[in-house]
Amino acid sequence: MKGFGIHIEGLRKRYGEGDAAVDALKEVNMTVAPGEVVGLIGPSGSGKSTLLKCLGAVIEPSAGRMTLGDEVIFEDGWKIPDLRALRRDRIGFVFQAPYLIPFLDVTDNVALLPMLAGKPNGEARKRANELLDALDVGHRAKANPSQLSGGEQQRVAIARALANQPPVILADEPTAPLDSERALSVVRILNDMAQQFRTAIIVVTHDEKIIPTFKRIYHIRDGKTFEERGLGAA
Amino acid sequence: MISLAGRDILHSCSKFVLTGIGLGLLIGVTLSMAGIYRGMVDDAKALLNNSGADIWVVQQETQGPYAESSSLRDDVYRALLALPGISRAANVTYLTMQVRLGNTDVRAMVVGFEPGQPGEPGYLVAGRQITRSHYEAVADVKTGFQLGDTIRIRRHDYRVVGLTRRMVSSGGDPMVFIPLKDAQEAQFLKDNDAILNERARTTANPSLNRPGVPGLLDAILASQNANHNVNAVLVQIAPGAEPEQLASEIRRWKHLQAFTRAQMEEILVSKLIATSAKQIGMFLVILAIVSAAIVAFIIYTMTLGKIREIAVLKLIGTRNRTIAGMILQQAMGLGLIGFMVGKTVATLWAPFFPKFVLLEPGDAVRGFIAVMLICALASTLAIRVALRVDPATAIGG
Repeated sequence: MKGFGIHIEGLRKRYGEGDAAVDALKEVNMTVAPGEVVGLIGPSGSGKSTLLKCLGAVIEPSAGRMTLGDEVIFEDGWKIPDLRALRRDRIGFVFQAPYLIPFLDVTDNVALLPMLAGKPNGEARKRANELLDALDVGHRAKANPSQLSGGEQQRVAIARALANQPPVILADEPTAPLDSERALSVVRILNDMAQQFRTAIIVVTHDEKIIPTFKRIYHIRDGKTFEERGLGAA
Repeated sequence: MISLAGRDILHSCSKFVLTGIGLGLLIGVTLSMAGIYRGMVDDAKALLNNSGADIWVVQQETQGPYAESSSLRDDVYRALLALPGISRAANVTYLTMQVRLGNTDVRAMVVGFEPGQPGEPGYLVAGRQITRSHYEAVADVKTGFQLGDTIRIRRHDYRVVGLTRRMVSSGGDPMVFIPLKDAQEAQFLKDNDAILNERARTTANPSLNRPGVPGLLDAILASQNANHNVNAVLVQIAPGAEPEQLASEIRRWKHLQAFTRAQMEEILVSKLIATSAKQIGMFLVILAIVSAAIVAFIIYTMTLGKIREIAVLKLIGTRNRTIAGMILQQAMGLGLIGFMVGKTVATLWAPFFPKFVLLEPGDAVRGFIAVMLICALASTLAIRVALRVDPATAIGG
């Protein structure tokens, strides 16, 4: 088990050059410990998505430092060579919609990541079934994603995010399409998984139902983050 | 690693199969076009093989009897038989015409031959060979004639006494074999009104109807109505004789044109059906382009429908080559289904074509390779789109 957490310091992102340059991120600092779930909240245009893309190693920050566990990922224009492998092995993603692969059954949707990482099919499926059982969707292992309810699909998406035991999971509004009960259930699951697998989880959300559940919340406004103590027990 | 392409194909099985059937029908048409060309070449070779000749002797400065018209006197064969190295020589006539059965016409090549000589149908599938001097016929089964049918050629009725197979002209018209004398009459003899008219003209001509020369007019009239022409002499050579040498002797000493089998095959394949072959080749090129466009469009549309999934796959670390491989495999899968359907339908509908369609295994292999190459090429557009997908689009914002 890795479980090193994520730490970013002075992260900046500038789009364009010269007069047309836009500073989407101006000064972002954030630390999430292993096993911790934090919220990331901000209005539209505040830089949430840009930050999420930097955290997800999809785009490169212009400046600043980001470490995943004890490994430096970005530092002032430098980046590790293989961001694709980093995303595959060390970052889990949960999206607003589950975005499961429709032509794979539930087990293979989860097992795909370990397979992509080079694990044998049998081992990858065993791992997938363990996670599906842990998330209480093991009985739907052979179903197609279209046969699952919204809540079940989101749990499968969480299982997929955990499949390679990443030290960090980025959840982009994971409860947006769910009703209150299911939304809180997803948050509970994320908390349980964070504890169980010592994973640092960052939840980007607008969902007022779940905001009170976070122990720590990062607000982002005009490209800058501000930390706030939350009300939740997470 | 699981096959993403295979799973996608299984997931959208009906869509794939229906698209594959559509593509397969197009491939079936393409294979049939190739089969039609092969059939034409095979018809030409069958025509040569069935004639039983080693050398074709025709009118000087012509490429007859199949590619051009040719007319020879019917006693030429005697002079040919005198040449050392020639074992058999026989007159033959060829005339493509409408042969009437009841109220229907059948386009056929009427062949006049001498029974037991080169030019006779090699084998029969029913009935017997011609045994009478007149008014019997042997027909290819493609004419649709049955044993005992009475068919009309020009002014006379003929009874079908035998049926043969794969006896067709270079144009694919089935052959009807009749006795040489009847065929000469059918080809060269004028109708009664024309004969009457010609006689009157000749009789009225004072230079031909001279009172002081008895018998002249009768001789002229007899020669006008006689038909002693044939289209070719088919020659079989003796064992050990060299066909090219014999042909050149005939050309030099007999003042006739003579073609060996190789030369005649060259005339039939490279000259007679050259235009048709080019026409078919053009169709094949167009069909290949249309097939490629269809596969490209289908794969492109299917890829556009999976942009979100591709973005997710890229975000979670799937290699570009895995995604490209998935699209390529789908295109190849579509091509495979299409080819299987195409080959099946081409085989099923080939016997119903009026002309011979020859589906050669070699063409099927070449067709399969071409389909796979076309599918691979057609998938490049979709692969390009897929590789351009930004994984960030899965995150949104």
